[in-house]
Amino acid sequence: MSKANIGPMNYQLMLPPIIQRNYGKWRTHRIIDTGVIEHVSESGECLYTVRAGAAKIISVHGVRDICDLADKFCDGHVKFTSRANIEFLVAQKEKIAPLKAELKRMGLPVGGTGYSFKTIIHCPGWLHCHTAVTDSPGIAKALHDALYEYFFRDDLPAKLKIAVAGCLNMCGAIHCSDIAVIGMHRRPPTVNDEIVTKSCEIPTLVASCPTAAIRPKGKSVEVNPDRCMYCGNCFTVCPGMQMHDPEHDGLSIWVGGKATNARTPPAFSRLAIPYLPNNPPRWPETIEATKNIAHAWLKGAKQGERMGDWIERIGWERFFELTGIPFTNKHIDDFIFSVPTFRTTTQFHYTDNA
Amino acid sequence: MGDVKKLEKRSKTPLLDELEKGPWPSFVTEMKRMTPTKPYAQNILEQAEQSYRDKRTHWKHGGIVGVKPYGAGVIGRYSDLPDMKTPDVHTFRIIQPAGWFYRTEKLRKLCDIWEKYGSGFTNFHGSTGDIILLGARTNDLQPCFDEMLEAGFDLGGSGGDIRTLSCCAGPALCEYSCFDTLDVYHTLTMEFQNEIHRPRYPYKFKFKIAGCPNDCVAAIARSDLAIVGTWRDPLAIDQKMVKDYEKDGTDVGDICKNCPTEAISWNGKKFEENPKECVRCMYCLNAMPGAVRPGMERGATLLLGAKATILNSAFLGWVLVPFIKLEKPYTNLITLARKILNWFDENAKTRERTGEAIYRLGMRNFLDAVGLPAVPQMVYRPRANPYYFWKPEELMQGGK
Repeated sequence: MSKANIGPMNYQLMLPPIIQRNYGKWRTHRIIDTGVIEHVSESGECLYTVRAGAAKIISVHGVRDICDLADKFCDGHVKFTSRANIEFLVAQKEKIAPLKAELKRMGLPVGGTGYSFKTIIHCPGWLHCHTAVTDSPGIAKALHDALYEYFFRDDLPAKLKIAVAGCLNMCGAIHCSDIAVIGMHRRPPTVNDEIVTKSCEIPTLVASCPTAAIRPKGKSVEVNPDRCMYCGNCFTVCPGMQMHDPEHDGLSIWVGGKATNARTPPAFSRLAIPYLPNNPPRWPETIEATKNIAHAWLKGAKQGERMGDWIERIGWERFFELTGIPFTNKHIDDFIFSVPTFRTTTQFHYTDNA
Repeated sequence: MGDVKKLEKRSKTPLLDELEKGPWPSFVTEMKRMTPTKPYAQNILEQAEQSYRDKRTHWKHGGIVGVKPYGAGVIGRYSDLPDMKTPDVHTFRIIQPAGWFYRTEKLRKLCDIWEKYGSGFTNFHGSTGDIILLGARTNDLQPCFDEMLEAGFDLGGSGGDIRTLSCCAGPALCEYSCFDTLDVYHTLTMEFQNEIHRPRYPYKFKFKIAGCPNDCVAAIARSDLAIVGTWRDPLAIDQKMVKDYEKDGTDVGDICKNCPTEAISWNGKKFEENPKECVRCMYCLNAMPGAVRPGMERGATLLLGAKATILNSAFLGWVLVPFIKLEKPYTNLITLARKILNWFDENAKTRERTGEAIYRLGMRNFLDAVGLPAVPQMVYRPRANPYYFWKPEELMQGGK
C-alpha cells in the first residue's frame, strides 16, 4: 500500500511559467477572435486562451490528441473549463493560427466565447447511470449539431447556456440554465416485492418519499398512486421500486435559469414543456422545441438579456404566446413552495390564452 | 477526433452511429476508438445501443465496491443484461488539480494507467469537478488505484461525505478574482482529506469556490457552502480605458443606464461610481473589462444551502456571511466550515442536504449553533407571518 490522502495534484506545479509569473496580476482581457481570449498582465505580458469544444466523454486516445497539441503549442500545458471546454494556454501569439488549423483538422470547434451558445453541460445518461431516463450525451450531441453556428457567434443578446439531465437528480447546474432538457417519469414505481423484501430497508424506503405515498405492506411496501409525483427518490434508496417505463417516460424543457449574479440575481429554470417523447437516436421533437425557444429569445431579447431576463421583462404569459407553447395545468406549481409563484395582482398582459 | 477504422461492414451500433453524424465532435466516435483493443469497451458500447433500442437504461444500482483504504471515490455499477459478458463496469472519481490546470505528462500518465486497467473511456470532467474514469472491472479496481496514487492521482468524494470541491480559474487567468480561489480549493481539500475519503455524514456536502459574483462554477446554484468573491470598497476605475472603450464604439452611457442600482454615471469625460449604491453585480465590469475592476478591500460572501431539486425543491444558496476576508491560512473559513459540518452531521436526516435541514429546523436554530448574528443581508425581506419564537432567557431580559 502506498501513501493515501494525498489530495489533488498541486496546482502550482500544473501552471505554465507565464501564469506563474503573472498569477494575480491579470489586468484585463478581450476576445481577439472567435474562441480566442487575450489576457493582459500588469507586466505587459499576454497569454492567449484558445477555447475548443469537445465531446465530454472521450477516449484516452482523445485525451492524448489534446496532449499532443498542448505539447506542440503550449509547452505541455492545458486546462479544462467548468463547461468541459478544452482551453489551450498559448504564450506566443503566432502559435494561435497553426493551433486553430490543427483543431479544425481534428474536428474540434473553436468558439464559445462572449455572447455565444456555450458548450452543453450534461450527465452520463445511458452510458453509465442507473437512474437515467434518457441519454443526455446523445441529446447534447444532437443539440450541439442543431445550434452549431451559434457556438461561433458572439453577437447573441447574451450567453446561451443549455444543460441536459437524464433524471430529476439533475447532475450539473441543470436547474439554473437558460434552457434545460430533463428526463422525466410519468408513472409511480412498480414495486418488486422480492427485491424490496430482500435488499431494502423498509423504514428508510418509507421515509425517502417526500409525499408520504409509500407505506409498509406485509414485508414489502405499497404506493399510493394519487400521492406519487414520480421523483424517483425511492428508487435511489431501493432498487425494488422500479421507475423505468419506456412507454411513458419522456423529456421536459425548462427555461430562464441562470447561476451567475451578473446584472440580475441567479434564478431557477422554469417549466416550458412538460412532455416530449424520448426519441433516440436524435430526439427531433426536442431539438425543434429547443430551437424554437432559442429563436424566440434571439428575436425578442435586448442586448445583455439572458433568457430569463427577457422572459421576466415581457412576462411569462407573453413567452407562451410568442413561442406557441401550450400552457397547461402542469405549469402551475402544486408542490410545497407553490403559492409565491401565483400571480397576486391584477397586473398582467392579455394574450391569446386570455 | 481522428478517424475510426471500420472493423466490420455491418455495424453493431446502428442507432449510436447516427450520433457520429453532424459537425459537433461525437462521443460515439470517441468511444469507438477504444474498441479495437478493448473488447470490454465494445461491450459497453453495445449495451448503450441496447438502451437506444429499448429506450431505457441497462445499468443497475451499484453494489458496494471500493478500494483500500477509502470508503468513497469508486461508484459501483453493474449491467442488468443477462448476456453482458462483462457486467461489472465501475467508475473512478479522480480529484482534479485546482482550476483544472494540467501538465500533459501527468495526463498521459493517467491515460496509460487507465488504458491498462479500464475501458479507456473518460469524462473531463464530471459535474462536480472530478475526472471521471468510466468502466473498471471489480478485480482491477485496487491495482488501478494503487498505480494512480503512485502517479499522484487521488480519489474524489462519493456518498455521504464532503464531495470533491471545485473552483474557477481565479487569479491564474482572471482579473476579477477577489481572492486566491485555487489556494482556497487546495487548502480546504487538504484540510478535509479524511471527510472526503470516508463517508460519515447524513448526505453529501459540497463546497464550491468562485472568485467573483460571475460565479463560473455555479457555486450559488449547487453547493452547500458557496464561497463567492466580492469586495466592499469603491470600484477601481481606469478613466483612460473607459474613454478607449467609448472610442472603440462601446456605448458607455447605455451601460450606465442598464446599471440595476443607478450606481454609475458617465458625462463623456468621467466615469463615476456611487459606491454606496453598487451591489457588485459585475455588469459594468463585464461590459468594460479592465476599465472597471473590483475594489481593493476584497474577500468573499458565503452562501449556504444550495442544491438541485431532489428532494424538497431546488434551493439557491442564501447569504450566511456577507463579507469575509480570505487570507492564508484561512483559519476563519475553516473554523466556520467545521461548525457548519458539525451541525449538519448532528441534525440532518439521512439523504437530507444542509439547506433542507435548515428549512426543517429554522435559520434561527442554525445561526445559534454556528454562532453567527442575524443580519438583513441574509433575506430579501423580513417575514410576513407572526410565528416567531422566544427563548425563556430572552424573556428574562425583558423581551428585547
